[in-house]
Amino acid sequence: MSGVEIEVRALTKSWEEATAVDGISFTAPAGAFTVLLGPSGCGKSTSLRLIAGLEEATAGQILIDGEDVTQQPPNKRQISMVFQSYALFPHLSVAENILFGLKVRRVPVPEQSARLEKTAALLGLSELLKRRPSQLSGGQQQRVALGRAIIAEKPICLMDEPLSNLDAKLRHEMRIELRALQQKLGLTMVYVTHDQAEAISMADKIIVLNGGRIEQAASPRAIYETPASLFTARFIGTPPMNLLRLAKQEGGWRIAGDTAPFAESFDGPHPDELVLGLRPEDLGVADSGGLPALVESIEYLGSDNLIDCRVGSERLTARLPHRHRITPGELVRLTWAQGAAHLFNAITGERLAEASRLYAGSSHDLQNDRGRQIAANSTAATGAS
Amino acid sequence: MYRRIEWIYAWLLLMPALILLFAFTHYPAVTTFWASFFSTPRGRRQAEFVGLENYITLIEDETFWQVLLNNTWFALITIPVSISLALIMALWVDGKLRGRSFIRMAYFAPTVLPLIAVANIWMFFYTPGFGLIDQVRGLFGFGEVNWLGDPELALGSVIVVAIWKEAGFFMIFYLAALQSIPPSLREAAAIEGASRWTYFRRIVFPLLMPTTLFVSVNAVINSFRLVDHIFVMTNGGPNNASSLLLFYIYETAFQYWETAYASTLTVVLLLLLSLLAIGQFYFVDRKVHYR
Repeated sequence: MSGVEIEVRALTKSWEEATAVDGISFTAPAGAFTVLLGPSGCGKSTSLRLIAGLEEATAGQILIDGEDVTQQPPNKRQISMVFQSYALFPHLSVAENILFGLKVRRVPVPEQSARLEKTAALLGLSELLKRRPSQLSGGQQQRVALGRAIIAEKPICLMDEPLSNLDAKLRHEMRIELRALQQKLGLTMVYVTHDQAEAISMADKIIVLNGGRIEQAASPRAIYETPASLFTARFIGTPPMNLLRLAKQEGGWRIAGDTAPFAESFDGPHPDELVLGLRPEDLGVADSGGLPALVESIEYLGSDNLIDCRVGSERLTARLPHRHRITPGELVRLTWAQGAAHLFNAITGERLAEASRLYAGSSHDLQNDRGRQIAANSTAATGAS
Repeated sequence: MYRRIEWIYAWLLLMPALILLFAFTHYPAVTTFWASFFSTPRGRRQAEFVGLENYITLIEDETFWQVLLNNTWFALITIPVSISLALIMALWVDGKLRGRSFIRMAYFAPTVLPLIAVANIWMFFYTPGFGLIDQVRGLFGFGEVNWLGDPELALGSVIVVAIWKEAGFFMIFYLAALQSIPPSLREAAAIEGASRWTYFRRIVFPLLMPTTLFVSVNAVINSFRLVDHIFVMTNGGPNNASSLLLFYIYETAFQYWETAYASTLTVVLLLLLSLLAIGQFYFVDRKVHYR
């Protein structure tokens, strides 16, 4: 058993009053772990149900292993599925739950028991086979649901928020286990979640959905490092990325509510408002230079401190190690490395390539300092020095 | 001290229900049982202890046996038919259907309508010659039938009305149970390629068992305590052909004023009902999965 590719072409699902999925196209590569990520109501579950054949597409195509299955019932699609609620049959024992599909398909009894034994051993369920679902813990129920999916030996496994009913510790364990299982069996996995940490840690490919459309489809690293839109930037990362509005001023940009210039103007057409994105973990502090920010409060996280600051009318959070002794009311000078900043068009939400030129080092890093760090390190800026 | 107060509170709170239960259920049941061993008091003659004499009368009473047989037939037909009809209707109404709420209401209507009104409507349906049924039959050239007057047909006609009345009521219970089954179970079964029939047989039906048990106990009780529409439609006739146990008890007690014998009949009825209920719970309960 090895995975097969799923291709979705301009898939649309609309009801009379609402459109849940609005013409999305993507591929879930064979044997890869693809995550559909987005907030509730973004159409991720509907997309999964369309792939499963539990909903009928309004328009578009679904291809599994190159074959158009848009009109096929679920059992003709080479899929198995794990539901958010697990959908275990409450009156059947664990063994009967797992074997349900094989019995329906009239698989010979000796083969049934061989596969049951294998699956139960794989998931650590061998001791629990005679129990009813109500006698199991949440994590065990989850395993039974998983068992029912993998005993089918279908090349594709669809999962709809399978870990959302588990507690944090168990969720972490199951994440690792699921990922290992998927790789071991070579399954094509399509996994729906609203938890960006889950997506980042498990996926080979993340598809970020918003309002029924795809915001970005890329590897976890690409999504984290170069979010393609303001939405993705806001959605990925804990704590989330700081987003500071930049206002246009004579000859460049300043942070909204601040008076000091922040960046030189750069070439190309730009709207009147930009958004600067800075991840809390990318921020550091320096003795001189940097971006001066007023510390408002400090949140102790154990390993780190979260420092909430204000620049102009914008707030931002920096994640700093304990060795920095910082007190509220203090002025800190924030720095970040070249390439760590992100820049977005505030109106369309698109990412702008100029981001990489914006950086703030301590004053001795910046020879062209004008009393205040700044670095619209564009040709104009270097020219000015 | 505090404990005792709590204890008093508990009894005080239970009191209204207990008084009602004892005054109108338990005390009458016990006195009925007691009265079944005495003769009927008439005028100045006091009730005398007669031992099992009433029970011997009962065994020799041909009408009693006929009524019991009628009632058995009535139960054997109405219970399974009304339950399966209820289940079928519930499955239908549970689906995605246009005008679903209207259909639900329509099915439930017989239960809401007052029984006397219902019985009158059905009497019109059954009227020989110009009743609805005969008019429809007339269109196909069939002759008149005296549905309620023919000893062969009277019981059957009453059974039809009972089924019509019960099925809608039971449907509501099935519908509630069906709606508590999460739709993801159907989807999980669909992913495994289970047909609708397999899904029904392996998943839905077992999950409905608690409801089936509840409904069937109710159906048994109902089939033994039907009195009102017999009263309106046939008055037990012709020649006791449509008389049922409770109706016979009513007749004996309040038309012939044979209260002692009526008590005896009542004791038999109670005995029968409790045996049936215990039997049902004992045999079916073990196969029922409760969530």
